[in-house]
Amino acid sequence: MVVPITYYLMLSGLVFLIGLVGVLIRRNIIIILLSIELMLNATNINFVAFSSYLGNLSGQVFVFFALTVAAAEVAVGLAIIVALYRHSASINVDDFRLLKW
Amino acid sequence: MNTLVFFYFAGVIVLTASLVVALRNPIYSALSLLVMFFHVAGLYVTLHAEFLAAIQIIVYAGAILVLYLFVVMLLNVKREERFHQQRTVGVFLGLTLLAEGLLLSFRGEGPKFGREQSAESVPAVVGNTEGIGEVLYSTYLFPFEIASLILLVAMIGAVILTKKGIMESKS
Repeated sequence: MVVPITYYLMLSGLVFLIGLVGVLIRRNIIIILLSIELMLNATNINFVAFSSYLGNLSGQVFVFFALTVAAAEVAVGLAIIVALYRHSASINVDDFRLLKW
Repeated sequence: MNTLVFFYFAGVIVLTASLVVALRNPIYSALSLLVMFFHVAGLYVTLHAEFLAAIQIIVYAGAILVLYLFVVMLLNVKREERFHQQRTVGVFLGLTLLAEGLLLSFRGEGPKFGREQSAESVPAVVGNTEGIGEVLYSTYLFPFEIASLILLVAMIGAVILTKKGIMESKS
């Protein structure tokens, strides 16, 4: 018995929504980066589900690339967090409003 | 049986994903993200993507999560700040998104995909890893090289961002 692809899409949408809510409501920058990881994982689930159901391996290659980008994003993002913390001893996004109008 | 396994993985994924957002301590958030990564890897195995499951555990759980935990413990922030206080905007956006989601969910049944060419047709001939390798090194060779370039740029960027005094010494 095969699980319908709609279930995978719903799961992916739910995880993406949780990640989006996390980005919007949390103030800790580390949690915001973790929520971005959640959203990337949601798209990866989507890619793998479609790749499996359509019988095409390209989706899994795209997940591979998304993983590469996620690793790069984490390295740069955590470097920015460390630099920010060194600059003002805080990782609360409310403290960084220099670019806010 | 497949549906049961899927619902187990999906339930744990959704639960741990909401715990990532809801928990107060960043270390607990990172650890619950670790549990979520393992269950996503299990979901990949049920979708016949074994190579990606291994990569998920090695790269995400092994490298990325360790980096997160390292930074969380390095910064050691103990302040108790939690959510933004923008109730009206939040309620408005949430209601809009909820209405949109409900509308899309109940508008009718989704597109039909060919059930006859299901997951068994591809990886039965060659293994999943061999298939990905062949596609990666033939069709997607150029993006593969670009990905290595992205990693190089990220590495240089991380070093420059965190190294103290590298910008001042130039000027």
